[in-house]
Amino acid sequence: MGRKISGLITVILALFIATAISAAENSPPKVGSPLPNIELPMLNNPADLQYLGLPAGGKSFKVNQIKAKVVIIQIYSMYCPYCQAEAPNVNRLYAAIENSPALKDKIKIIGIGAGNTQFEVGTYKKKYTVALPLVPDDDFKIHKIMGEVRTPYFIAVKLSDSGRTEVIYSRLGALENIDLFLAQLVKLSGLK
Amino acid sequence: MKKTAILTVIAFCFFAYNAYAASDAFKDNIYNPGQLKPVDSVLKVKVGQKAPDFILKAVSGETVSLKDYRGKKNVVISFVPAAWTPVCSDQWPGYNIISDIFENNDAVLLGITVDSIPTLFSWTNQMGKLWFEVLSDFWPHGKVAAKFGVLRSDGVAERALFIIDKKGIIRYIDVHNINQRPPLEDLVRELERLK
Repeated sequence: MGRKISGLITVILALFIATAISAAENSPPKVGSPLPNIELPMLNNPADLQYLGLPAGGKSFKVNQIKAKVVIIQIYSMYCPYCQAEAPNVNRLYAAIENSPALKDKIKIIGIGAGNTQFEVGTYKKKYTVALPLVPDDDFKIHKIMGEVRTPYFIAVKLSDSGRTEVIYSRLGALENIDLFLAQLVKLSGLK
Repeated sequence: MKKTAILTVIAFCFFAYNAYAASDAFKDNIYNPGQLKPVDSVLKVKVGQKAPDFILKAVSGETVSLKDYRGKKNVVISFVPAAWTPVCSDQWPGYNIISDIFENNDAVLLGITVDSIPTLFSWTNQMGKLWFEVLSDFWPHGKVAAKFGVLRSDGVAERALFIIDKKGIIRYIDVHNINQRPPLEDLVRELERLK
């Protein structure tokens, strides 16, 4: 009898925890909040590591390890038609930042391939000549933490010297005008 | 104790994540059927056998016969369960950007569902312009899917990939878990093995 009751309690507890976790994880990052605690698989391309200011080695990295004031995160998929259409625009955004002496070392971009394997990320990178670092999220682990957003989804995170993160932009859909977007980011982040 | 373990597993499965990343291209128009039985049919063909012939109408207006590719092209058949469902809507748009991989392996792609042409027309329009033929196995309902043994008991097809070589021989079969997208690398690896 005691065993039965403890078994039942275990099941109820499991259900309760699962519900609590899914409720907590099912909303997209909110502006003004810290970025959810995500671990990104470590990049193996030296150019990507240099771009983000990350040391080589290790299995994963966190967004606040990136050497920047602001990090733009694009959640995309090689299987998403809107992401495919947006790829040239994101490339232009990357180029606009890299060609700006004022922004170059302050704003970095990364892409997270929701449900995409390393091979699929590589296929997309090659197809659209994507220069920014892309990481796979083949088991949707990061996508789930990020609130299972539709794609493409853009998040901008302000990083403080102490490692604190603050979401300053979180929106579904294409960026459209990248100059306006950049101007908005500069304003929201207080970058001069 | 055994009961507890079973109940715990059931509880976990209940909350198991039905993972997919919906493209905003489909807005809120994707119907989510939830987690389905991974495979619900019995294959009627095997690797090494001749593929059953079929003739189906395509969304493009063409009539496509498998025999027409004999001696000319390798054929990849991608059965997907149904239009306007989560994983399916996120599968063909990926194939749409890798026509070069198919070309390099002297292969064509034929997409098949058991939906009608008008439904397939509306659905595939959301994916942009597709380079491959999309065929309707609507009537007699699921006849081709049934010939291959990938028609599920509820009348939709499995999420299945078949590679048929230029001699008409089946070289690869992946009747995938319907809830998940087959990783692209598996298909590419098998295509490259045809060389």
